[in-house]
Amino acid sequence: MSEPLLVADKITKLYGERVGCRDVSLDLWPGEVLAVVGESGSGKTTLLNCLSARLEPTSGTVRYATRDGVARDLFAMSEAERRFLMRTDWGFVHQNPAEGLRMTVSAGANVGERLMAIGRRHYGGIRQAATNWLERVEVGTDRIDDDPRSFSGGMRQRLQIARNLVTGPRLVFMDEPTGGLDVSVQARLLDLLRGLVADLGMAAIIVTHDLAVARLLSDRMMVMKDGAAIEGGLTDRVLDDPREPYTQLLVSSILQV
Amino acid sequence: MTPRLELRSVAKSFTMHRRGGLHLPVVADLSFSVAPGECVVLGGPSGIGKSSILKMVYGNYAVDRGEILVANDNTVIDVASAGPRAVLAARQTTIGYVSQFLRVVPRVAARDIVAEPLAAAGVERSLARDRAEVLLRRLNLPERLWQLPPATFSGGEQQRVNVARGFICGRPLMLLDEPTASLDAANRQVVIDLIGEAKAAGTSFLGIFHDEEVRDAVADRIVDVARFAVPSAS
Repeated sequence: MSEPLLVADKITKLYGERVGCRDVSLDLWPGEVLAVVGESGSGKTTLLNCLSARLEPTSGTVRYATRDGVARDLFAMSEAERRFLMRTDWGFVHQNPAEGLRMTVSAGANVGERLMAIGRRHYGGIRQAATNWLERVEVGTDRIDDDPRSFSGGMRQRLQIARNLVTGPRLVFMDEPTGGLDVSVQARLLDLLRGLVADLGMAAIIVTHDLAVARLLSDRMMVMKDGAAIEGGLTDRVLDDPREPYTQLLVSSILQV
Repeated sequence: MTPRLELRSVAKSFTMHRRGGLHLPVVADLSFSVAPGECVVLGGPSGIGKSSILKMVYGNYAVDRGEILVANDNTVIDVASAGPRAVLAARQTTIGYVSQFLRVVPRVAARDIVAEPLAAAGVERSLARDRAEVLLRRLNLPERLWQLPPATFSGGEQQRVNVARGFICGRPLMLLDEPTASLDAANRQVVIDLIGEAKAAGTSFLGIFHDEEVRDAVADRIVDVARFAVPSAS
């Protein structure tokens, strides 16, 4: 626990003239949950894609401590090594479950596929693991042979989470995991995520524009505006005593119900 | 004896950027300490900054100047300057906080809300639940409520859940923000007893109690915050 899991140094991503994100540095430690907040277009998804090696930054480095304890530069790895990392050590939960699931294969196969990718071959064992995970994310196990096209949005999202967590990743990236869901479904999903993060001790980087999600799930928080990280710190410190004008605006814009 | 908590020349103000940069000073040159086993109560009228002081000690509010030293097991951290991870670690081992209102987590049962800090500290969940039940029983929360999320509980019931959650881990430094405000006399007495037992075991308390009876029962010393308040310029 004495070394960070991921260290990003001055990540900049330019789309031609336009700035995706600029000079963002952060570190993430094992078991820690970091929320990246900001409004649409603030660069949070661009940053998440750079951190998760889905997008190569224009400049800056991302180092990740692989299971052998060596901190390695993501973009100096081979494509095969990065893919291996994504399949084993990482999860990525998309806002739209259809992007993270295979919509035409069964729920059980969606979960089992990640296990097969890391070399598990015993069919009974894989099916058992898939059943356990469906239970854990509250998808009825009688739906194991149905494909996710027949699932509601909330169920699809929970299935996507099961698919990502079945391999016991050390780091999960989440892009607006509760976006586009009804509030009651959101609450259930948040509660589920909270429990899973605490029980599994995994680290997570959660991009969200919803400060309530950040408050419930994260230890630390980073606020982005116009591609730059403008404020960071303990989640409750940033939310209860915001320093920057823009953070004060964000916090004061929350509807109280 | 080394104080458990020592504030040295702490100053705090708020700058409201949405109000044209309005500067609101709260306290300046605030210094006091709390010894192991001591209960120090913050005194002074509402709005003088008592809750803000608790929040600064918990790392919830940033500090303009000064030091907030918290000691545990021969290590001292300065909450005012420590990074987020160090503050989180101090909250997991040293500093407990009972806020005035329970921040309700959707769908989580009262018993699990109480057990959570203990489970997070590595205690097996079933043991943590047992311990939660002991505290909830002691605080006279009806057993039929334990399985329910506290969102629909009365103010007094929520406050007892909050007190139980705060006391379950036995942190060496406890910050209490009006923990008895909505309790009846019998439950106020339970809280007084809990504080007394913890003090005898060496726990330090920094608290806000408007209820004189409770204050007289638990306070070793009162720090008058009005002495450190900054008169507003406007």
